Amino acid sequence: MDISFALTGKGYVIVAADTTAARSIIKMKVDEDKIKVISPHLLMAYSGEPGDTVQFAEYVERNLRLYQIRNTHPLRPSSAASWIRGALASSLRSRKPYSVNLLVGGYDTSTYTPHLYWIDYLGTMTSVPFAAHGYGSYFALSLLDRYHDPEASLEEGLATLRRCLDEVAKRLVVSPEKYKVRVVDKDGVREIEL
Amino acid sequence: MARRYDSRTTIFSPEGRLYQIEYAMEAISHAGTVLGVLAKDGVVIAAEKKVTGKLLDMSGAREGGYGGSGEKIFLLNSNVVAGVAGITADANSLINFARQAAQRHLLTYDEDIPVELLAQRLCDLKQGYTQYGGLRPFGVSLLYAGYDPHYHFQLYHSDPSGNYSGWKATCIGANNGTAQSLLKQEYKEDMSVEDAYNSGDEKLEFSTLTLGPNKQPKAKIYKPAEIDALLQKHGLGKKDEDAEMASA
Repeated sequence: MDISFALTGKGYVIVAADTTAARSIIKMKVDEDKIKVISPHLLMAYSGEPGDTVQFAEYVERNLRLYQIRNTHPLRPSSAASWIRGALASSLRSRKPYSVNLLVGGYDTSTYTPHLYWIDYLGTMTSVPFAAHGYGSYFALSLLDRYHDPEASLEEGLATLRRCLDEVAKRLVVSPEKYKVRVVDKDGVREIEL
Repeated sequence: MARRYDSRTTIFSPEGRLYQIEYAMEAISHAGTVLGVLAKDGVVIAAEKKVTGKLLDMSGAREGGYGGSGEKIFLLNSNVVAGVAGITADANSLINFARQAAQRHLLTYDEDIPVELLAQRLCDLKQGYTQYGGLRPFGVSLLYAGYDPHYHFQLYHSDPSGNYSGWKATCIGANNGTAQSLLKQEYKEDMSVEDAYNSGDEKLEFSTLTLGPNKQPKAKIYKPAEIDALLQKHGLGKKDEDAEMASA
């Protein structure tokens, strides 16, 4: 049931995820944070099998932190995403694979460019200008296709995101009531109230 | 009794020294000179070839190119060239290790290995031989010239003890003290690759690492004919009537 969106713009990536934790037909929690801040310029929205998601996200977080401690600089978004994809791909071929889908967004401080990667539990990775996971993707991808602009300012990017959230609220039977939205740009990660 | 602390690499002498490591470094200071200079738009490595003998068949090394011009300059990864001084056989083994480490990094992270990380990988290996018994340390010093997006152009030096350090211009092998102090006088901040070309005799190996038109690192290990042309161009070569033709 998790829904997550992400889109890039001029010098930033916006990542949004709903905050509902549900089990069967019951809402257990409405303020669950499903976006992990992995490093000063890297965000990861995760969705999938409850339990697996948090476990895998923390595994990624600790490993990338270790790299940063060992090597003084953090991995760039493209390299971090490749490592995460590799971790999922090797997990897929283990006895009990992680069933986790991810949106990895980051700002590359060495080339001054934003990056977004769509990754699924099978270890598929693609670099994309906008992305979505979960039921939200059925409604939002066409909107993003029409309205996304890689040169858009942050305000314009947030307006596009709001279109997606509104559409989901309007059309999806079990639409979530709240989203957490984070932005990463040259100044790092910050949270935005819609 | 004088040899009590000499024979094992891992035993400290009473003065707190590791003699085998010091001997290895001594061996290197008799090897052919290798020079590295960092410029604002690239890194240059030059190496002196020791002439082994007139009858040695060098036709195989004639081609040069990416695998290296055969003796002292090698491509470790698409963004790193290395110059080696010391025991060639040891160097070959280290080069092979470095190339593997670079490819391993490429496989895991889908990026060229950062230059300092590659130097660290080699130094971890070299350090091991100063600590685990029954083995001889690598009798090799290396100069790494490389590029990565984090620190752009870089020049590192590593020695048999497993220490490494970054330099603007440095030198290993025979006469490294003299060359070092010359470099200290000659080195200018923000000079270009063009300025960094150094003089030498005709038995020279040469390579540069710059950025190509696509902003990707571009390593070039010069072929013997190209080296001649380069020396002529900078007025350092033998006076030759065919100078124009060689540089054409």
